[in-house]
Amino acid sequence: MIARRFRSAAAALAIGAIAAVGLAPGAAQAEKVLRIVPHADLRNIDPIWTTAYITRNHGYMVYDTLFASDENLDIQPQMVGDWSVSDDGLTYTFTLRDGLMWHDGDPVTAADCVASIKRWGTKDGMGQKLIQFTKELAVVDDKTFTLTLNEPYGLVLASLGKISSNTPFMMKKEHAEVDSSKQVPEVIGSGPFKFAKDEWVPGSKVVYVKNEDYVPRSEPASAAAGGKVVKVDRVEWIYIPDPATTMNALVNGEVDLWETPAVDMVPLLEQHEGVELAVIDPLGTQGWLRPNHLHFPFNHPSARKALLYAVNQEDYLRAIVGDPKLYRVCAAYFICGTPNESSVGVEALDTVDYDKARALLKEAGYNGEKIILMQPTDIPVLNNASLVTAQVLRDIGMDVEVQAMDWSTLTSRRAEDKAPADGGWNIFHTYSTGADVTSPIANIGVSGGGRESAWFGWPTDARTEELRDMYARESDPAKQKAIIDELQGRLFDEVVPYVNYGQWFQPVAWRKELSGVLVSPVPFFWNIEKN
Amino acid sequence: MYAYIVHRILATVPVMGVVGVAVFMLLHLTPGDPAAVIAGDYARPEDIARIRAQLGLDRPVHVQFLTWVGSILSGDLGVSIFSDLPVSHLIAQRLEPTFALAAATLVFSVVIAIPMGVLAAWKAGTWTDRLIMIFAVLGFSVPVFVIAYAFMWVFSLKLGWFPVQGYRSIFDGFWPFLHSIALPTVALGVIYVALMARITRASMLETLQEDYIRTARAKGVDNRTVLIRHALRNASVPIVTIIGIGIALLIGGVVVTESVFNIPGLGRLTIDAVLRRDYPVIQGVILVFSGAYVIVNLLIDLSYTVLDPRIRY
Repeated sequence: MIARRFRSAAAALAIGAIAAVGLAPGAAQAEKVLRIVPHADLRNIDPIWTTAYITRNHGYMVYDTLFASDENLDIQPQMVGDWSVSDDGLTYTFTLRDGLMWHDGDPVTAADCVASIKRWGTKDGMGQKLIQFTKELAVVDDKTFTLTLNEPYGLVLASLGKISSNTPFMMKKEHAEVDSSKQVPEVIGSGPFKFAKDEWVPGSKVVYVKNEDYVPRSEPASAAAGGKVVKVDRVEWIYIPDPATTMNALVNGEVDLWETPAVDMVPLLEQHEGVELAVIDPLGTQGWLRPNHLHFPFNHPSARKALLYAVNQEDYLRAIVGDPKLYRVCAAYFICGTPNESSVGVEALDTVDYDKARALLKEAGYNGEKIILMQPTDIPVLNNASLVTAQVLRDIGMDVEVQAMDWSTLTSRRAEDKAPADGGWNIFHTYSTGADVTSPIANIGVSGGGRESAWFGWPTDARTEELRDMYARESDPAKQKAIIDELQGRLFDEVVPYVNYGQWFQPVAWRKELSGVLVSPVPFFWNIEKN
Repeated sequence: MYAYIVHRILATVPVMGVVGVAVFMLLHLTPGDPAAVIAGDYARPEDIARIRAQLGLDRPVHVQFLTWVGSILSGDLGVSIFSDLPVSHLIAQRLEPTFALAAATLVFSVVIAIPMGVLAAWKAGTWTDRLIMIFAVLGFSVPVFVIAYAFMWVFSLKLGWFPVQGYRSIFDGFWPFLHSIALPTVALGVIYVALMARITRASMLETLQEDYIRTARAKGVDNRTVLIRHALRNASVPIVTIIGIGIALLIGGVVVTESVFNIPGLGRLTIDAVLRRDYPVIQGVILVFSGAYVIVNLLIDLSYTVLDPRIRY
């Protein structure tokens, strides 16, 4: 009898629980919440302090930019209402549009923007270049400021409208004056969303609420440009580390959009009627095999060229992506599908010739010395690419020691410029979003500045630096293209700063209840409607 | 007794001191640089160096250690290198989910496992006993994540009874909390049910052979009283010991469950901090964990005196 009563009570409790929980979502429907699973957890909140993409995406939620790239990567005004350039091309005058307010209610001023440009200019490669060419940044009045150049510079608007890290976000003057090697203390932007710091659980959840005071531009939204019209009340970034759980949560309707579905789960997601899959970043991602230019054997151009003849992009792309719909064989340094795509010098990478690679290694004086390849086991794409490279190098007669490590260890080890035998390295792999490699200035991988200014691996080539500067000074697209052709020819023939192991496209998955997902290299969450 | 408790509590200080030194040294001697992680993939070496200097990571290790010890002694666990939030705040955010999951698992395991173990001992050698032991072997052998995915598929995707992931605080309401914690609890609890049921069975079997049990039966005491009052009470010391070990194992065991069910607990905080080398967070969490271990062991030791009056400290 007691057992029967207990069973009845338990059943009643269970029904009550399910009913109570079932009612809860209905009650909450008054507020439209967009639940996103981002590619990483938001670790820090200052998009100038770090180049991490997740912080860049956070920056787009809360901050705004003076100019912005549209989906064709053309630069359009965003916070700027009117702008002009003097006849000699040296003085740019910018006037902010009406209605711009910080999240604390203060108006956005020209002084805020000048301070923000200066802070960004101490950190970002394109920013540093712009500041190098800048004679003066001056406030004219509350809404107007000028940028005066030392000499003509063709990338002023391209720099201010740079879409990827570090994006020149505008911050309040008091925050923009914080040393760029220190994080800003709080998030006060003027963008379409406000950051709910009290609800931030690092490693788990980030909450943004609609900025009711934001005045969007009147043009339709196009990537980072146009009207940033927010159509939900709240956006929650829910970081789920496990891909299988994320897929189940999306299928079950617990989350609305998954930014980076694992490639092996794409076929499963395609079978679900309630889920839509699409590539929204037409530029995709470019893989980099980075040799260390400071040490033998890759301090010799012939050894680096041997890598070009050994690498078969198709092998890498099959290993890391698999589905041919999601990758493209593309040798161009400044990525295929952009105005800077060039075919000059690509033959070495387009040709797989192990005999030629062996001959070039011999020419470099290589005689079976040990090569250290760093393999980041916690990033599947880079792990797989490292394994392919190890096999390729062995096939052309190199003695490869694959050293397994996590990505954090690799990022610290790659900064070591000492000899491989003393704790340095010979090769590592990484990748870059296509938007970051579309020009010789944005693409830090091609810098030939050596130990002083080049990225890890330290390629050193004065002519490369001259050509990059020439490109920056030039404003005529035809002449810029000619410089690109010459530069790419030199990169393939002499420098080989890195070996491009292919271009691939990450699909995004979302529930069909959503509409208005924008085509862009960066995921944006305005313009999205949830029905 | 009180002297023993005070002695045990004081003994935690050197234990936590040793743990603190070991963890600090291990972290700082392991390769990896939080400044490089913060700066991002496209930062240049000079940017990383500036961030390292700003965070004080370029100072000698002994100076960093003494600074940390000074903060700990003043009750300050420090600030996360990445989020700039106090470590105590990050731990407080994560404490409730982990504690809730561990407590729910413990209650679930005890409630299910002890009756199972008693039943198996009582019906020793029968099919009931064999079925319970088959379950125990399976429960102990199948990894938590396999059970978790299987439960997720059946109860969330097919039947729609529970959410796939996430955690609702008990402060949002008891039913939403129960709804979110049910599947992770059962998935994590299976292994502990198996472990406790086996120990309970073994301990009960041994006790049921004792003379006083035979005497009680000879006096006509009913089976239920023999099992619960005479046998289970006397078999409880090893059972409580295994529950204590279970609590200690749970602290580590919740990591996988938290990851699979996306529960923002201390386990995930630890893993994330280790992967990005967030030294203050790792050190703070390890100190909390080691403190919890010490307290659990103390409580288990004290519980023996209640269960067995012959044990005195």
